[in-house]
Order: sequence, then C-alpha cells, then structure tokens
Amino acid sequence: MEPVGCLTPFTLSVKDLPWIILWDKEKCTLCGRCTAVCPVRAIELGVHRKRAINVSVGLTEKPGNLFTVYHGIDQRTDPVHACVGCGMCNLVCPNNCIIPAHNEEIDKLRFHNNVGGVPRRRGGRRNVPGVILDQIKFIRISMLTDPALDAGRHEFELRTLLGRILPPEEMVRVTQENGWTPPVREIYPLVIGSMSFGALSPNMWEGLQMGVAYLNEELGMPVRMCTGEGGCPPRLLRSRFLKYVILQIASGYFGWDEIIHALPEMKEDPCAIEIKYGQGAKPGDGGLLMWYKVNKLIAAIRGVPPGVSLPSPPTHQTKYSIEESVAKMIQSMYMGWGFRVPVYPKISGTSTALAVLNNLTRNPYAGALAIDGEDGGTGAAYNVSMNHMGHPIASNLRDAYLNLVKLGKQNEIPLFAAGGVGKSGNLAANAAALIMLGASGVQTGKYMMQAAAGCLGSESDRCNICNIGICPKGITSQDPRVDRRLDPEKVAERVVEVFLTFDTELKKIVAPLGRSTSLPIGMSDAIGIADHHAAERLSIRYVV
Amino acid sequence: MCRLFAITSSDPLSPMVALRAIDVMKEGHDGSGTGMFMTDLAGDFEKLKTEPILSGTFTNEGVKSLDRFMTECDFLVKHELSIRPNKQPPPGTPKRDYYLIRVYEYPPAWRDLKAAEIQFRLMMMRLQLRRMGEEDGSMMIFSFWPDVIMIKEVGDPMAIADYLGLDRKELQARAMLVQGRQNTNYAINIYACHPFFIQGMATMTNGENTAFVPIREFLMSRGFPGYIGYQSDSETFTHILHYTVNHLALGLPMYKHVITPLMDGELAMHPDGQWLRRLKQTCRPLIIDGPNCVMGCLPDKTLFMVQDSKKLRPGVAGGHPGMYAFSSEMCGLDATIPARDKSRDFQPMKYDTVTVGPERREVEIWNQWDALHHSH
Repeated sequence: MEPVGCLTPFTLSVKDLPWIILWDKEKCTLCGRCTAVCPVRAIELGVHRKRAINVSVGLTEKPGNLFTVYHGIDQRTDPVHACVGCGMCNLVCPNNCIIPAHNEEIDKLRFHNNVGGVPRRRGGRRNVPGVILDQIKFIRISMLTDPALDAGRHEFELRTLLGRILPPEEMVRVTQENGWTPPVREIYPLVIGSMSFGALSPNMWEGLQMGVAYLNEELGMPVRMCTGEGGCPPRLLRSRFLKYVILQIASGYFGWDEIIHALPEMKEDPCAIEIKYGQGAKPGDGGLLMWYKVNKLIAAIRGVPPGVSLPSPPTHQTKYSIEESVAKMIQSMYMGWGFRVPVYPKISGTSTALAVLNNLTRNPYAGALAIDGEDGGTGAAYNVSMNHMGHPIASNLRDAYLNLVKLGKQNEIPLFAAGGVGKSGNLAANAAALIMLGASGVQTGKYMMQAAAGCLGSESDRCNICNIGICPKGITSQDPRVDRRLDPEKVAERVVEVFLTFDTELKKIVAPLGRSTSLPIGMSDAIGIADHHAAERLSIRYVV
Repeated sequence: MCRLFAITSSDPLSPMVALRAIDVMKEGHDGSGTGMFMTDLAGDFEKLKTEPILSGTFTNEGVKSLDRFMTECDFLVKHELSIRPNKQPPPGTPKRDYYLIRVYEYPPAWRDLKAAEIQFRLMMMRLQLRRMGEEDGSMMIFSFWPDVIMIKEVGDPMAIADYLGLDRKELQARAMLVQGRQNTNYAINIYACHPFFIQGMATMTNGENTAFVPIREFLMSRGFPGYIGYQSDSETFTHILHYTVNHLALGLPMYKHVITPLMDGELAMHPDGQWLRRLKQTCRPLIIDGPNCVMGCLPDKTLFMVQDSKKLRPGVAGGHPGMYAFSSEMCGLDATIPARDKSRDFQPMKYDTVTVGPERREVEIWNQWDALHHSH
C-alpha cells in the first residue's frame, strides 16, 4: 500500500458514501456540465496518470513503462462534499455517461456527518418509504343495492369547511336572534400546506400562488394555500388574491410586523389564520431557516437582518399554558380581523393531541385543528427529529375524530390531517383514506414540490438539501442563479394539473362508494386494511 | 329493491288496500317482508285516539313480562286487538305467539304532565320494552303512541295479510305507509324493516343510504335516547326528520334542505341562500347520499315524499280530493285510485317535496328553490 498521508477517523472512500458516482470514460466528452451543476461539488475534474507496461516483442528492447494522462471525474469523499444523489449530473450530461447509484450497503458517512459537533440537518421527510395510508383499501363498492355513481358525468360536491361550526340547535337560535356566528370557509379539501416564503424560492412561491389563483378564478375550485411562517409578500397582502391564502403565525412571528401594518390596506380578508404550535417533521422544534437562505429579500419580508439563521423557538414564548396559547392567541387573532376570519391551531402529531383537542372543544372560537403527522416534510430540521420524532397521522387523526364523535362535536371542529399524504405518489387515495377516517381535509406540501416543481428529494435520502439554499431545481434555494432554473409559469401549470388530477381521482374513489353530495368524512365503513392490528387500532374492517 | 306505498283517505280504509298496491308492484320487490304504519285510525280505535297504542310481537313469556312491566308503570289495558295465528306461517315467516295491538290508559300520575313530557316518557317506555325483548327475544316493539299501529313481519305482504287476517273491519285507518321488503341487505332482523317510527312520525325508504355511518354517529351523539337501533341505514331518515322537526323546530320543507341541501353554487342564487348555507354547514353530517325515495307521515297526519339529490329512485303522487296516494310505481297508484285525473299525477324530482295535508284536498309541491315562508 502506498502511503496516502494521514488517515483521519472521517477519511472515507467512495464505498463508504451513500451515493457512488458511476462515470463512463468512453462516453464522456469532458464538457464539464456535471461538475458545474453539482450542488454540493461532489465531483470535480480529475487528472489521472495512468501507467502501462510496454513489453515489445523480441529481446532488443527492454520492457518499459508507458505513462499517459486522461481527464475525467473524481468523486470527493469528505463528508461536506459527499454526493447527495440528486442526479443533476445525469440530467445535464449530453451523453448520459454519469449517474449516482445508491450504495448497496449502509453507508459509513452517517457516522461522520456532524463535522464541528453539529448534528446533521437536512430537508425532506422521515427516511422511511411508504405510509400505512397506502395499505388502506376502499371496500364498499356500490353495484346493485345502490347504483355506483358516474365519476365522469354525475354532479359532485366535494368541498369542505374550515372554521368553527355551531351545533344545529345553536345555529338556529343564533340566527333567529341575529347573533354572531363564527366565520366558516367553504374550501377544497386538499390544501397546499404551510411552506414559507424563505423555505421556498420566490419563483416557487409565485408559481404556487399563480396556480392557486387560476384554480379559483378560472376553474372555480376553492383551493387554499398556507404561507408557513415566513410572512407574506407585501403586494400579495394588499391584493385580492389574499383570500386564497391562509396566513400562518408561528413562534418566531416572522413577517407579522409587515402583516399587521398591511391590515388597513387589505382589500380582502385572508382565508384563515393558522397558528403553528408544532410541525410533523420536527415535533417539539421550532421552524428553522438557515443563514444560507436569509438573503436581502427574505430578511426584509421577515423583518430580520440578512445572513443570520432563524431558528424559531419550539413554543410561543409569551404563552406558558394551553389556555394562554390557545384561548388568548386565537381570540387575539380573531380580533385582528374583526372576528371575520377563522383561526385554528396546527399541532404536530402527538399522543397528547386529544388533550389539545378537548381544550379546543371548550373554546368557542377554535376554527379547526390541523394535525401534522411524523411523515410531514420540512425545509430544514435536525435529522434526528425528522427520523425519530413524532406520531403517525392515521391513528392520531382517527383518535381525534372518534373523540369528537363521543362528544358529539364531529362537525363543529373540522380536523385537517397532514404528514405523508401522497408520500408514495398516492395523493388522492391517501387523502380519501384520511377523510374516511375522519379528516375534513388534508394538507400537503412535499407532494406539491415533487409534482409541481420536480423536487428530487426522496425517503431514500436523495438530495434533501433544502436547508442550505442550493436546491438544484431552484425550489428551495434563495440564490437567483439557481432559482431561475424554475419557471413560475410552469409551476403554476403543474399545480393546476395536480389539482385536476386529484379531483378526478377523488371522484373515482367516492363515486363507486355511492358518495357524491358531500365529502365522506368519517365514512369508516368504506375502508379496510389487511393488517389486523391496524384495523383494530383504526376501528376499520380487517380484510384479507 | 323496496317498493313503497302511502295512502291518505278521508274515508277509513282497510290495510288490504295498501297491501294490494304493494302486491301489484311485485315485479319490483322480492316480497321478503311486510312493514305497515297506520294512523288516523278508524274502526274500534276511532274513539281511543288520545290513548297510547302498543304494537309489537310477543312470545307467551313476553306477554307476561309486558303485563308485569305495564302494571308496574300503572298502565291499564283499555282495548286490545291481539292476533294469535293458528295456521302454519307462510314459508320463511317465523312462528310467533302473539301480534299485539293494545290500547293503554295513562296512569293518573301522568294527567298533569305536559305533552312533551308525555311524549318523551312514551318513547322511553318503548325503548325499555325493546331492550327487555332484546335480552331474551320475548318481544319486539314497533311503536307505543296514540293513534298509531304498526305491523312488521318477514314474508310476502299478501301471504302475511292472509296469515294474520288483516282484512278485518276493526282494523282501519285513514293514513298508511306500507313497504314490501325485509331489509335483506343485512341479516334478517325485523327491526330493520321499514317503516321506522319515532314519537309519532314514520318514514320508509327505497334505496340505500351510503352516508349511513357518519349520519348514525352524528345522531347517536346528540344525547337523545331515541336515536338508537339502526339495524337499517334507512332508520336514519326517520331520525333526521325527528331531529329537524322536534329538536330544531324547523318544518318539513327544511327536512329536504337538511338531507339534500342545494349545492354551494345554487345557494348563492337562492333568496334565502345565506340561511340555507348556514343550515347546510351545521347539518353537514346529516346530508344523505345514495339513491333514496323517502315517504313518511308526520304526527299531524301529513304524508310526504322526497327524493335524493339526483332523483335515482321512482315515486309518483296522485289521487283526487279525499284520497291521495304515493307509490313507487305508477301501477300501484293505478290499481288503487284508477278514477283520478292522471294528468295531475306528479313525479317529484330532485328539488321537490310533495305533501298531502290532513285535509286531503290536494298534492302540495314545494321546490327547494322556493323562498322560505319563515325566513330566518
């Protein structure tokens, strides 16, 4: 073995990395596009010296060495520059000569990607493919005792409600007395979940907003999008499109100075206010926008200096109890818009969700409860939080719904479920399953990034570098040189296509179940699962 | 599939009139069961209209238990029409000891009670008896209410009528609901047989309510003890009616707005859209789905018929002043009231509620697009 210098504990070989670059010398034209595009500079130009033994026939010439040099690719192996498997090199290669391949054995990098004693942080989702929602089947097929409906020709009304709904007796009484009724929004049951301006690039945000506006104004689909914790661009706050937006307030209160100042100039009320108490991807942790992404624009909207990391506290620091957090904060937010805008909390999936829910049932202003399960995505979180913290959404949501049924309040506090909806690409099926388990609607963020913008992240730990502002697709970066790769118009088109597809697929699910006049919330007799324990836990039918 | 027939007549009718109409429609049902609701009674029951009538089937032991229970409650038997079949039951019909129709006299302690309290207590007694019967299979209770008789049995309507001897002069009524099928979608259970009854009102349905489970959960979580049972998905229609009329104090036209509300876009154009939208939101779990034709009778003897929001089941209303009928099929109506102006027959569509009031003067049609009489 030739000396290689000093071996350190984190000296790794390519074999130790999760992704190994396969490069074909014969096909490579040395154009350099791959090295230019690589977001983590995992590959660099390699100048390789090659020795060949030259042995001539006969005895006149002595065997000798023939040295040549060839140029190609070198894969870097230090933890900071380890390949993330995004595959952008392959995307730009004119000859398809380079591709990252997943290491067949568990990588060694995971033991070393804490340089400087800082644990790994990343974007994406829990690195476990699949969700139990994929296993839920829709088993109650109408055929003869009641005819199946026609998903293509019948009329469907698949909207849902967001806001506190009075019980019927009270609604009748309040109406007769001309009293106040809490604001309620009729919205589409698939909500674009909270992804902040900052977590997402300006182009991505603009694309989503344009898509949402088109869905509402051209197609009559009341789709709503939540801002996340990054505030809201000033022009949007003062536009008519604000009514399609759910403004989120979280523990960092980023952007709320701007929002409050815009209040007198708002032409429309926002759809709702979401108070974020927790997030499925990083339960018990606040939002995190790392310094890489806090450029001038983001800093201005959030009201902070540029270039500093923005870790939100895990809780709302001024509130020390659930009564304070929930009751006072909800009422304060109601007051901000003259009691015309529904306000609801969002929590991460947790075994204590019922305690929160029970508290909300006693608060006449709580407009809904959004629960974000362990499979939710994020732009930045500690790897350990993402992989190990949190509660699966299915049983959490089901418990919450059945608890409301027990209290007779299943229609009063709509439940919104999130966290892994569409994780395996089954957006409509996952959403329908959650609705039949008791959700009034679902929120999805990661799926929108994947379907509307081509996010490369996966649960095989591919890419997942949303946190450091170098998203190779320009979805979560804040560098104009990268952002420009994403065309907002195309994102908007894809958003529309995603919702149209979802709408058709949802109809294709509910029509055979004989449902069309209302969203089948809690229609648990229609679903089954081939897992006895799961069936028992979810109080649905066990089918094999 | 079920076939339904409802009739209201100024002159008392034998139940055979309605049963024959069901028989005429036999191509459309499998004759697996018979369910009958009779009110505005005539014959022997004419003079006993204010006293509660218990309808049900009993074993010999069941009758003894009933007697003990009613004695404890201080109820005295005032009149009785008991049917003790001595023939072999038709194929598929179980042998039962008693079909009991008993009029009771209220206990003296009830005299000063308010009507609502009496009605509540009657319901609770029916439920208590039902529970007793479910424990040992000794009795099945269909109704316990003034001026109401109910008969239910497994078997073809005409065969059951012959077996029980329903063609008798002491059994006559001016308003009847009859249905010709045991709910064979599920296990045979007489409690799953239409019509369903609660506190003076009854409904029967043709079709399956696919939104059954969430509706059942909503009704059962209202905290009202009468909302139990649900051996059939169709029982929810009766209880939604009861909830709308008794708990929300909204009239029959609102029943249609509760179970099949206008679509969001339609509400924007309705003169009472704002109120109806609120009603739709607050009663969202009561929205029915699936193909359903619902016929029913209110405590004031008004008959009504409504369709689901897509009008996926048949139903026709027709007749002449003094006698009107609702029928699943035209042939049932033709066979019962042939001498009518057929051009005035009406088949309610998805927005319609048709009613015939206790005066039996006309078929009244309400459309969901109509402005409400008492706007909220």
